[in-house]
Amino acid sequence: MLLVMALVAVMVFVLTRAASGDPIGVLLGDQATEQDIARIKIVYGLDKPLLVQFGYWCKELLQGNLGDSIFLQRPVTQALWERAEPTTLLALMAVFIATAIGVPFGILSAVFRGKLVDQVCSGLAMLGASIPSFWFGLILMQIFAVSLGWFPVSGYGEPGASIWVRIHALMLPSVVLGVLNSALILRFTRSSMLDVLGEDYVRTARAKGLDESVVVLKHALRNALVPIVTVIGLTVALMIGGAVVTETVFGLPGVGNLVVSAVLRRDYPVIQGALLVVAGIYVLINFFVDLLYTVVDPRVRG
Amino acid sequence: MAWQIPLVVRKLFRRRIVLVAAVCLGLVVLMSLFADWVTAFDPNDTAVAQRLARPSGEHHLGTDELGRDLLARIAHGGRYSLSIAAMTAIGAVAMGTLLGLLSGFFRRLDAPISRVVDAMMSFPDILLAIALVAILRPSMLNVVYALVLVYTPRVARVVRASTLVVRELLYVEAARAVGVSSVGILLRHILPNLMSPILVQSSFIFAYAILAEAALSFLGVGVPPEIPTWGTMVAGSQQYAHQALWIVLFPGLAIVITALSLQLLGDGIRDLLDPRLKKSM
Repeated sequence: MLLVMALVAVMVFVLTRAASGDPIGVLLGDQATEQDIARIKIVYGLDKPLLVQFGYWCKELLQGNLGDSIFLQRPVTQALWERAEPTTLLALMAVFIATAIGVPFGILSAVFRGKLVDQVCSGLAMLGASIPSFWFGLILMQIFAVSLGWFPVSGYGEPGASIWVRIHALMLPSVVLGVLNSALILRFTRSSMLDVLGEDYVRTARAKGLDESVVVLKHALRNALVPIVTVIGLTVALMIGGAVVTETVFGLPGVGNLVVSAVLRRDYPVIQGALLVVAGIYVLINFFVDLLYTVVDPRVRG
Repeated sequence: MAWQIPLVVRKLFRRRIVLVAAVCLGLVVLMSLFADWVTAFDPNDTAVAQRLARPSGEHHLGTDELGRDLLARIAHGGRYSLSIAAMTAIGAVAMGTLLGLLSGFFRRLDAPISRVVDAMMSFPDILLAIALVAILRPSMLNVVYALVLVYTPRVARVVRASTLVVRELLYVEAARAVGVSSVGILLRHILPNLMSPILVQSSFIFAYAILAEAALSFLGVGVPPEIPTWGTMVAGSQQYAHQALWIVLFPGLAIVITALSLQLLGDGIRDLLDPRLKKSM
């Protein structure tokens, strides 16, 4: 895990330094003199050799310092932290929706395997994976926000608004993100349930004369849960990426929005920091999911 | 000799839905190829008097905010969207196959390649693509480069896994025993047996690339807005959506139909070439 994270750091550094864009030009404008440019280069350490820059950057990174945003004139960690709330809330709500759709329909598909329900579910799952999220968002926005006026068209409420106002504002974006990402959970639930439904103890439970719903929900689902929890964990990580697009559609002041505007302004420290933090979250979730495996299923340990 | 459809194709289309998907995809491709014949309108002809016209006999899908015919724009836009996605799929599959073969076949290369692949896959697709395009500067070709880099690790992982299985098969051992070189084994004995996962991955990546290009262009970090792809069309028209929903609806539908057809086709190929999967799934 540490090795992968170190590689991630190297990649992020190389990527952003390979950039052909010129942040100094953006910062100072056309009228900058040679001296101005030289001064700014020294301030941001851009005059040193690349390896020295990398070493310096790593040292700061290990101390939790992601550098300063060139454009916003403040630490990247602070900028990210300020934008973390909408993104986190959005991802949580979307995961909740994706799970609420994916798990029950995945179970239904497995139980009625090959029947109409199964075919409809897998068809819908594929459809969900084919719809561009920005387009789905725009259409839902037209229907439910512009025409019906049930939800705000964009934004995240006034600063200091209550949590309910926030959740209300996030309803449409989280539906977009949740519905479109439920396909993966549905597929995993289905295949995991199918594996378990063929087991001897499920047959035993049926032979005991237990009600089918008890067999499915109690005996089978419990044993199928580990892969399902895994994929829910991974979906959380996927959501962070998906949030970039959804936040832009709905004008939410989240991390995704920050990244997009940083890209348009060539504000490398912010792009760097966001890439690192998001990849770090993904690696961490992966790590905990692996850990969870060994706790829940002792066979994995051997 | 009478015309005979190959058995593989007949088997593939035994599932009705796969046939429908193939027909839809064919229509989209034909529409883009023969865009000039689909409609007499030029995709860039503006007619302000006709702006935001409803779909009608004259403009089958209506017009956009500058009075440009939407059908003409979708047909011409398809050329860009489809070729960007096709180039991405070809590039990512070629590079991913090479990396996957190398890391699956040569034990010494496995660890370094796999770690790099893991690291690349720790970035969410869209986020990585955005960062790459930003670094390369937005242009059509740079979108392709960025997406190739994003999807190569995916292909590499799948190809590696399949290589690991095929490598242990008896005929590979036999080939080695009669003195076939490593390169010969890779190209003549292993690669042909990986065709089915590679084909499946190609169609899925084609679909993902259509969606990713659209998303990038929508965010303003993809194809420059003056080139009409399905993504830039939605992006450019979004503020008029409340007056004329169709200008957002139809380009989006083109994306959905294409991506869905490609995924259904990929699914069909997978079922066909890997019967075991069908039984267990």
